[in-house]
Amino acid sequence: MKALTEFLHWVETTPLALFVSQSTYGFSAIDMFHIAAVSVVFGMIAVLDLRLTGMAFTDFSVTDLTRQVLPWTWAAFAVAAITGGLMFSGQAVKYSVNFAFLAKIALMALAGLNVLVFHFITYRGVAKWDRGVPVPWAAKFAGALSLVIWIAVAAYGRFTAYYMFP
Amino acid sequence: MMAELSQWVGSLPISLAMRRITWFVPMLQTLHILSIGFVLSSIIMIDLRVWGVSRSGTAITRSERFMPWMWTALAVATLTGIALMFGAPRSWRDGAFVAKLYMMTAATVATMALPIMLRRNECGGKDAGVPARLVGIAALALWLGATLAGRGRWIAGALGG
Repeated sequence: MKALTEFLHWVETTPLALFVSQSTYGFSAIDMFHIAAVSVVFGMIAVLDLRLTGMAFTDFSVTDLTRQVLPWTWAAFAVAAITGGLMFSGQAVKYSVNFAFLAKIALMALAGLNVLVFHFITYRGVAKWDRGVPVPWAAKFAGALSLVIWIAVAAYGRFTAYYMFP
Repeated sequence: MMAELSQWVGSLPISLAMRRITWFVPMLQTLHILSIGFVLSSIIMIDLRVWGVSRSGTAITRSERFMPWMWTALAVATLTGIALMFGAPRSWRDGAFVAKLYMMTAATVATMALPIMLRRNECGGKDAGVPARLVGIAALALWLGATLAGRGRWIAGALGG
């Protein structure tokens, strides 16, 4: 653990990290784009999850919706990850012991696991339930779990500021 | 007399009550940004079709399927926004906040105009006319602007806001 803390201390001394922690508006500006990007990530994922759970867009085929939504999801996620990484680097050590931040990361890992299972196992048989028929329970579950996780991720993200201690 | 509207709002019992529950205002803010995220995403999906660059095989008329959900999300955003005006009042002198209100109003008008413009393309073709495309892009740009301005207060504050 000590090695990790020392590494994070070093991260804080890198030029970009110093810019984030020392500039007057740097952090706020980056945060602004982070929040906008995160909202789009959620919105896009929500479209897909609503389809998978059968709650909406049922006259679109699953593959059709997936094809449209995923590129934007990844693009927005990239912006969120880069802006997030920059903000993290400015106070890396503090974030590493921030309960809300750690919960957020853990939930994102869970979301990632959910995506992997869905993509490599459940989605294999998509041709059978692509349109007109109800989605199998495994896909419904993946969609519902995804929705819940990302709402929780957003909430813990908002609460991160409240868990930053001097 | 009240020195500042936001200060007066902040002294109201409802405002104090909302802030007494420490997690309440942040939860409202979370729901607020998530619902706006859905609005943004819906408009992106609609705009892709309107501009004929959608990777979907579906016609433009199908993009109206996004509308009901988008309006629901907008309703959630509005309700949480109104609640936040009491729970976390922002000053009218905050340039970013004022910019957000203007962009939000314009964005809502553009969003309301969108279905009307889409209905003009009853032919069911994938592309739309120029007015629809402009309204679509305007809606997206304005919502994005409002979203950024929603969090840009520190920058505006530094500029004398």
